[in-house]
Amino acid sequence: MTTRTPLLKAEHVGIQFGGLKALSDVNMELNKGELVGLIGPNGAGKTTFFNLLTGVYEPTEGSIVLDNEKLNGLPPYKITRKGISRTFQNIRLFGELSVLDNVKVAYHSLARHSILSSIFRLPSHFSGEKEIEEKAVEFLKIFKLEHVMDEKAKNLPYGQQRRLEIARALAAHPKLLLLDEPAAGMNPQETKELMSLIAFIREKFDLTILLIEHDMSLVMGICERIYVLDHGQLIAHGTPEEVRNNPKVIEAYLGEEVS
Amino acid sequence: MATLKRTIGFWISIVLALILFVVVQVLISGEILNSFYVNTLFFMVINIILAVSLHLIIGITGQFSIGHAGFFAVGAYASAIMTMKLQMPFALALLVGGVAAAVAGLLIGIPSLRLKGDYLAIATLGFGEIVRISLLNIEYVGGASGMTVTHLTTWPWVFACLLITIIVIANFTNSTHGRACISIREDEIAADSMGINTTYYKVVAFVIGSFFAGIAGGLYAHHFYIIQPTNFGFLKSFDILIFVVLGGLGSMSGAVIAAILLTIVSTFLQDYPETRMIIYSIILILVMLYRPKGLLGTKEVTSFFKLRRAVQGGIGNDNKNTVA
Ligand SMILES: Nc1ncnc2c1ncn2[C@@H]1O[C@H](COP(=O)(O)OP(=O)(O)O)[C@@H](O)[C@H]1O
Ligand SMILES: [Mg+2]
Repeated sequence: MTTRTPLLKAEHVGIQFGGLKALSDVNMELNKGELVGLIGPNGAGKTTFFNLLTGVYEPTEGSIVLDNEKLNGLPPYKITRKGISRTFQNIRLFGELSVLDNVKVAYHSLARHSILSSIFRLPSHFSGEKEIEEKAVEFLKIFKLEHVMDEKAKNLPYGQQRRLEIARALAAHPKLLLLDEPAAGMNPQETKELMSLIAFIREKFDLTILLIEHDMSLVMGICERIYVLDHGQLIAHGTPEEVRNNPKVIEAYLGEEVS
Repeated sequence: MATLKRTIGFWISIVLALILFVVVQVLISGEILNSFYVNTLFFMVINIILAVSLHLIIGITGQFSIGHAGFFAVGAYASAIMTMKLQMPFALALLVGGVAAAVAGLLIGIPSLRLKGDYLAIATLGFGEIVRISLLNIEYVGGASGMTVTHLTTWPWVFACLLITIIVIANFTNSTHGRACISIREDEIAADSMGINTTYYKVVAFVIGSFFAGIAGGLYAHHFYIIQPTNFGFLKSFDILIFVVLGGLGSMSGAVIAAILLTIVSTFLQDYPETRMIIYSIILILVMLYRPKGLLGTKEVTSFFKLRRAVQGGIGNDNKNTVA
């Protein structure tokens, strides 16, 4: 079904924090339109891998290429503008800003009106702000958040905060969306809704998604391919079926349960 | 609808401002206000400009600058040099004071704001002291005995500068650019990940704030006949910081009200500087106990009248340092 056009290519990526090698020799290829899972026990380096892809940290080895453009060394905001956006394991909303303003921030890079035009309230300020507002409201409707758009983000219930964070990441119009344990802290009902939301946005926005999940069973259902990290190294890669039966994976997860 | 209300609110503010201007002008021209009150009033407005300019840096953008008096000093001396040494007109002198302070802000801001963390606090603290000590040792501007300056600051100048400061900073704040700054305050890593050029906006906010501190310096220099390095020490920076903290980080009207109240308090305690510090400390402790988010918290005065949707907020914290 999917035509295999590569979108992201990570080759021999690694990073060292002082003496600790948090990731080494990670190779990953994502094709356009894929929904891929990244799993592994706690502390395996999954979040660190996202931090490398988004430029929070610069890899100490290897290269990351998106759509034939090398991303290594670019600041995070440039990487976002090139088409990667993310959510965070510990939700990072702009708590004191309204729900609407949270999404508006994501539209900032589209704004064409200058600082001076805002200070002097020139016509371009009003048209620019109006455009951002309309787009943001439209977006909140898709995520069924328009009825809370004037609430402060920090006052939303947990499930809605997660949804808002995904909405905000999508409003930055990424080609590749990175979701870091989006189901963490959710009850089974919320998790189910979240998974169908993920399937829905992937269709609607023609996205490639890389999904970190700690709970193996969760990703099995919706991902086409799965990468498994343990102790900073990829230990397996394949279809859910292949990964589930891989002895290394079973061992990694068993090891976690014991400790 | 919201736009209409906002427009009405805007015009009401303008009319109130004009009334205030005319009333005070009449009181001054009719010599109903004696010079003590006029002095206090001018000093109050200068403090408001300082408070609002620092509010943009700390309250909106979340960058702790604790040497604001340094930029105030740069503006004061630069404008005084313009009028006293180079015989330039006052308007130009004010502008040059602002620009000089803004350039200083740029030079301090670019290296220290590129880094995440509290480098700005350290850099600005150092900057304030360096400015003060340099001025003490520059004979051209009078060294420790200071520089005498002609009295040129009049009510229309003070009022116009106040109005421009408030309009510029409010307009900046209520735009996508201000939202970018607030997002940095709330969570810099998330702001980065939303495509905000965080370094750029931190520097912009810092430079705008420094500019208006410089303008305040020009007004100050041409009002008090003499400027001396001791007027611009750390205690002055501390005073300005208190306005912003007391007013509620993130609230411009809070900073204005705090500046007004504390100018009155400190005027009455002018002859007892130690008592003043004690009373300041007590006020701060009481505020921290009873209103830990400052007088207005993160609200604006207008939000009490529901004229506009409040967009600002306080300092966010939680998981700022590790990225997970
Ligand atoms: N900034 C950092 N400095 C030092 N060590 C780090 C840093 N970020 C992550 N690590 C370490 O890297 C390892 C992987 O962490 P992480 O990527 O958060 O794991 P996961 O998301 O898979 O649970 C952990 O041992 C963690 O302590
Ligand atoms: Mg993690």
